[in-house]
Parts: sequence; structure tokens; C-alpha cells
Amino acid sequence: MKKITWLIPTVYIVFLMLPIYWLVNMSFKTTNEILGSFTLWPNNFTVENYVTIFTDPTWFMGYVNSLTYVTINTVISLLVALPAAYAFSRYRFLGDKHLFFWLLTNRMAPPAVFALPFFQLYSAIGLFDTHIAVALSHCLFNIPLAVWILEGFMSGVPKELDETAYIDGYSFPQFFFKIFIPAIAAGIGVAAFFCFMFSWVELLLAKTLTAVDAKPIAATMTRTVSTAGYELGLLSAAGTLTIVPGAFVIYFVRNYIAKGFALGRV
Amino acid sequence: MINKTINQKAWFMVLPVLALVAFNAIIPLMTVVNYSVQETFGDNLFFWEGIKWFEEVMRSERFHDALGRQLLFTLLILLIEVPLGVGIALTMPRQGIGVTICLVLMALPLLIPWNVVGAMWNIFALPDIGLLGKMLNGVGFDYNFTQNTFWAWATVVAMDVWHWTSLVVLLCYAGLRSIPDAYYQASKIDGASSWQVFRYIQLPKMKRVLTIALLLRLMDSFMIYTEPFVLTGGGPGNSTTFLSIDLVKVALGQFDLGPAAAMSIIYFLVVLLLCWVLYTLMMRNETN
Amino acid sequence: MSSITLKSLRHSYLPNPQSEEDYALRKIDLTWRDGGAFALLGPSGCGKTTLLNLISGLLKPSEGQILFDERDVTLLPPDQRNIAQVFQFPVVYDTMSVYDNLAFPLRNRKLPETELDERVQRVAKMLSMQNQLKQRASGLTAADKQKISLGRGLVRSDVNVMMFDEPLTVIDPHLKWELRSQLMRLHQQVGFTMIYVTHDQTEALTFADEVVVMYEGQIVQIGTPEELFSKPRHTFVGHFIGSPGMNLLPCEWNDGGAVFAGHRISLNKDLPNPTSASNLQLGIRPEFIRLSSKGIPARIQRVDDVGRYRIIKAEAGGTNLNIYASEEVEIPADALHLDFDPDHTHVYCDGWIHEAKGQS
Repeated sequence: MKKITWLIPTVYIVFLMLPIYWLVNMSFKTTNEILGSFTLWPNNFTVENYVTIFTDPTWFMGYVNSLTYVTINTVISLLVALPAAYAFSRYRFLGDKHLFFWLLTNRMAPPAVFALPFFQLYSAIGLFDTHIAVALSHCLFNIPLAVWILEGFMSGVPKELDETAYIDGYSFPQFFFKIFIPAIAAGIGVAAFFCFMFSWVELLLAKTLTAVDAKPIAATMTRTVSTAGYELGLLSAAGTLTIVPGAFVIYFVRNYIAKGFALGRV
Repeated sequence: MINKTINQKAWFMVLPVLALVAFNAIIPLMTVVNYSVQETFGDNLFFWEGIKWFEEVMRSERFHDALGRQLLFTLLILLIEVPLGVGIALTMPRQGIGVTICLVLMALPLLIPWNVVGAMWNIFALPDIGLLGKMLNGVGFDYNFTQNTFWAWATVVAMDVWHWTSLVVLLCYAGLRSIPDAYYQASKIDGASSWQVFRYIQLPKMKRVLTIALLLRLMDSFMIYTEPFVLTGGGPGNSTTFLSIDLVKVALGQFDLGPAAAMSIIYFLVVLLLCWVLYTLMMRNETN
Repeated sequence: MSSITLKSLRHSYLPNPQSEEDYALRKIDLTWRDGGAFALLGPSGCGKTTLLNLISGLLKPSEGQILFDERDVTLLPPDQRNIAQVFQFPVVYDTMSVYDNLAFPLRNRKLPETELDERVQRVAKMLSMQNQLKQRASGLTAADKQKISLGRGLVRSDVNVMMFDEPLTVIDPHLKWELRSQLMRLHQQVGFTMIYVTHDQTEALTFADEVVVMYEGQIVQIGTPEELFSKPRHTFVGHFIGSPGMNLLPCEWNDGGAVFAGHRISLNKDLPNPTSASNLQLGIRPEFIRLSSKGIPARIQRVDDVGRYRIIKAEAGGTNLNIYASEEVEIPADALHLDFDPDHTHVYCDGWIHEAKGQS
């Protein structure tokens, strides 16, 4: 029994790592080696693919674009979700339950349904191909998620905290920023993590709403496959680099992952 | 449970959320509804068509096929990912450095852009240069996911399992961690078998997170677009053309806005309906 | 039911304990007789839960033996020890009905359904839960859930000992008394050996025939509530039991007697010279200090009226102490003298009571 228990997660992690290893492996190979022979590790180790990416602005600007709109989206989502989540967790008001449910249904909206209307909407208001357009469009699913997670965390904070603060003479903004926000810091971290995650991995809307100036890295990769032929090494290097920010983010929130999931509310 | 006070002014705190989400949801949704009942020949000329597009989509074999494939795909990945995720969560270490390693490594696939997931699996599964393709062919299978429908499906499903099982694992793990030790101790004293511990302690305590996991996987698998599109392009033939891929083909490929819009609405309603049914089923026992 | 004997029991959570500090439980020898009610009393982290888990078999001791009657159970798993335990937080099987919860341990032991039903009904009656048998356990109050936890032990005929790990922590104060008296009644009625872990002295003292006081992984005293009060064997016991606890005053040993603040303290017996004179303390409970016109001079700092009596906070010889004074006693405004009752004044050396040889 003891043996099996560590075996299952280990096999699973190996299964998870294999495709990633293969991607990283490819990124250090030359095109000749990739196409010419099958090798389990790079025989002619090269960092040329990475050099190309860091010296060609169309490549590295992709990263800058992606990180820019992801950051903007995370900030917007949290800023508007915090007061809303507070309202949902502390007050009852006309239509609160319906509104909460309606917000969640937007999480269920397939991006493919919205791709074309979004294109027209953001073109009409002159935001097409800007970072802010992508950031705003991702709010569609990130704000409901952030409200949901934050509401779960806030409901875990006893209401007595609010009342004590008012008795101690804090005004609402003072209380909210000095006492309440620190009390749910973990929740904000988890919500930020999820906003970052879903904005970073989404491509359909990001690709539809951009052309040149705000093109995300992931979309740049798709172009490479079609236009520059079969540059698998370069593609792999770019792919490997897209894993790095995610890995960093996971590492920073590692202690909150398990907790954060548990506190969401159905 | 917090005792909530009635306060209509709370609406002001919700207003920014409402404005942003409504801007993103209602205007595009109205656009879609608008298209779904009209015919256009360009130049912004629209003609009222009533429910013609809806009837057309509902009758179209192509939509039926895509919906059928979608349902089969969702069913398959739920059947694999949920039990697998629960199993892995049960066997994960509870303390020590192993926990952090497991959590970090397992969460990794969740943060890879979806088309990179597709591209990665493409490279991984290519029969001539991919590790998986080479290995499967090496042990005697005639593996080629771009030519063979079965292998295309197997690869797409494996990719989704690779991509999303961790979500189920993390949710269940969080649920398991919230069970106090006393439950395990009491069950030991009562002489319960490990199956009974799972059936009467772990499963009931995981129910809430399992519901979240099922709902998230249900809705997200219904929206799947980028990964199979990059991996197989919906092929061979139309064999891996799921609803989203089909919809984008109709809307952006053929620019048939009317049918695409009608299809979008039906699609959205199907997702809502399924989530509602699942949620009701899962919560049925909670009330009594 | 059976007696419990612990022989040189030690436990450490570390794989290779080096020093005494590495042990959560340091060498315990003790016998609990059959059918008694015993309390394990001590602050959080003193090792009482560790001891409980060793007896129930949830932990394996690093060293030593545990005997139930004459049988060595040290290496047996919990389900073969025939014990029952009620935990701090109610443990019920949420998805089962009250009936199935009570029947669960019996079903696992393959008892025939007819006998099972008879026993479950009987226990439900004892707990006055006959009308709730069909209810789902998840919807019950904390008190009812604790009763079910207890019931899962009561249904079994083979139980050697029932153990309670601070079972009233989550119960509302007004229900605590009720549950406690119900438990005491059941104990008298059924006669199970009972070990009750708590950090609440009132609970321990009202409950138990014998109280085991633990401190930093060791037993500092075993005795009846009366013994713990009148003759604490360790300063910790003196301090922990009573409210406020025993006054502990630094003193010196001079010419065969204790000296505090320049005054020789009269004791009711002659004591040999203590082995080390470095850490000597005088222990006297607030109940046994009298206000007097002569004796040790003291200054009153505050008087707290707590209802039937008053507690005087005073200062004498550079040390703060508490004194009980009944309502009738007149308290001088500022300075006064104190008189210690020699029968209840003890000398402690390095924390342990200092006694004449041969005394216990």
C-alpha cells in the first residue's frame, strides 16, 4: 500500500513533464537535428533559437504585449471585484442573487460565441488592436471569477471585524483599506492568480482583437507555423518561454493554491 | 454563514462590475441576437428573417454532428479526469516538501497558453519527430493523429487530460485537506475499511469542491477551441471539429453571420442548460 | 471494561530523539483501575492528547508498554483495542442517518442485524435520541453530534475504555452542564472506564475520581481533586488549579526553616535541609492567608469583589500575592500584616514539593 501511494502521483507528474520536456528539448536543437534525426536530448546544443527571439522585436514584443494586457486585466478585475464581492458578502439588496448568478453565467459564455461581436464592438469604439481592448474583453470571464473567489474569502471573515472597526471610529474607506484588505490578502492573491492565469492562457479573443501593435506572444507563434515554414526549434523556444511566467506565478502562490480552491463558493 | 443586512446602497459597490461585464456581455449578445434573426448581403443591409436561422441550424446535420462530437468529448474527459483527479488527490502526500513539489508541478499545465498546449502536443505526438509518436510507432501501433480518426481523438483526449486533470486534483486536494484528523481517527476506532473511509468521509467532504470541478470542466470542455484547433485543425476530416471550432469556421471562415449567430445562441443555451442540470443533480441531496 | 496500565511509556514525534526535550511524553508509569473516571488535566501542548492517542492506538509509543488488564496492546491497531473515543470536534458520518451512525461500528464488526437493532435502540434511548434516529446526521446540532460520537462507543459491548478529548469545547455554555451531567449519569449506569482529557479544571475536578495533571510531557501529580487542592506536589499544580492559583513566593532556607521577607515561616512539620538552596519557593493558596495585626507586613494594591468573597491583591517582600477575604472581614486601607496557615504552607524545591523522608 505504501509503495502504491507515492507511485500514482509520481507517474502522473512524469506524464505531465514529458511533453514539456520534449518542448524544451526541441528548443535547444538546430532545425537540422530536429528534422534529420530522432534524439532524446540535444546533440548539437544551441541557444540560437532563444537569441533569435530576444533580438527580433516581433518576437519579444509579443511577450511585452501579453504581459501588458494580462497585468491591466488583473488590476481592473480586482479593482472592480473587491467592492462588489464585499457587497455580495455583507449586504442583501434587490436582485443580489440574480445578479450573482448572472455574473457566473458569463463565465459559461464560450469565447467563440463572442469573438465576432467583440471584434465589431471594439472596432466601433476605436480600441481595436490595443492592450486595453484585450484586457477589457477578458473581464467578461475574469470579473465573475474574481467576484466569486473574493466573495468566498470575505464570507470567511466574521462581520464582527467590520463592526469593531466602526466602533473604533474608522470610516468605511479607512476600514476597507487598512483592516479588511489585509485580512483577505490571501484571497486577493488567489484571485489575482486566477485572473492572471485565465488572461494569460486565453488566445481566441486576444487574437481576434489584435493585429500588430498588441499582438500576444501566443498569436505570434501561430503565425510562425504558417508563414516561416517549419521552424520547430524557434516555435519550441517561444513556447518554452511562455511557460516561464506561469511557473513564476505558481511558485509565488504555491502555499495558497490548495487553500484558495477550497474557499470558492458554488 | 454571515447574517447579511439589507442595504440597497450596496448596488453602488456592484455598479462598476455590472457596467464592465454588461458592456462585454450585453452589447455583444444583442449583436448576436440581432444577426440571428436577420439576413445580410453586406453594405449594412439587413433583412428580417425571424427564426429561419434557428430552424436551419437545428435541422443541419453539421450542427448535430458537432454537438454529438462535443457531447462525446465532454463525457469522455469527465469520465477520465474526475476519477483520475480524485485518485491522485487521495494519494498525494499530506505534508513535507513533497506537497509543494506536487502542487507546483501539477499546476504548471494550467498556466500554459492554450495554443502552446496545442503546439506542444503537436510536437510531442508527431509520428516522425515526436516522443509520443515515435514511441507508439516503436511498440507496433500505426500511430498517426493527422490521418487516423481514432488516434486523433485519443490524442485530443490525452491532451485535455494532461491539461486539465490537475484542476480536479488541486480542488479535491483542497477539499481533502479540510477534513480534520479526528474523522480518520474515529473511523479507525470504528473499524472502517479504507473504502468506507473514502465513501463515508472523504467523498462527502469533497462534494462541494467536486461540484465546482465538474462544473468548471463541463463548461470549459464545451468551450474548447484553441488546443484541438492547433493540434489537429479539427481533422482528419471533421472528426475533431467541436462546437467552437465549427462556430468559428462558420462565422469567420464563411462569414455566414446569421447561422453563426443562431448557432451561438443555441450553443450558449446548451451550456447553461447542462450546467444547471448538473448543479441541480449535485445539490439535490443538500436540501433534505 | 478493564484496567489500564502504562509501563515506562515514552513518546517522541521525532525519528531519533536525543535529549529529554525531544520527547512529547517523558516516561509515564501509571495504573487506572477498572470502571473509574479519570481526568487528564493540563494546558495545551502538555502531552495529554499524545497520551490519549497512545492509549487509543492512533500513535505507536517510542518506548514502553500499554496493558489492558494483563493483555499487552502496545502494538495493536485501534480497532482491535476495543476502545471508543469522543473527539474535540464532533465526528459524525454526514451522509448517514443517526441510526446508521450508531450502527456503523457494529456493522463493521459483523454483528447480526437483530442484535444490532436492539442495541442501537437501547443506546438511542439512553441518549434520549429515539425520535431522531431517521434524521440525517449532518443537520444535527453540535451537542447532538457529540452524543452520537459517544453513542458509537456505547453500542459496543466490548469497549475497554471510553476516551474523551475535550468533548465540550464546541458546545454552548448552557448545554455544557446538561451534557456533563448526562455523561456522569451514563458513567454510573454503564460503568465504563473513562478517561477525560481537558484543560478546564472545573470540568476535571467535578468529573473525576482521580485527576492526572500533566505538564511539559510529564505527570506532575495524580490525585483526588481534594489532594490536588490541599497538597499540590508541583508548583505547576498549585498554580494551575484554583482561581486564582497558589501564591508562590521566593524564600530562603535558614537554620532548618524557611524564611520569607525576613520572617521565619512556621510549618507544621520539621523538614530536612533541601538538596539545593538555589530555587526555593513557598507555596500558599489565597484561601489560607489571614489578615492579622502581626506577621509579614504587606501593602494592599487592589481589592476585587467577585461576589461571595473578595480577592485582595497585595505586595509583600517584593512579590505580589492574592488573598481571599470573606465579605465580613474588614480590610485595612493600606498596610497590613499576613498570617500563613502552617498546615497549608508548603516548600517547593526546583518546582517539586519539599518533604520529610518517608512522607508521601
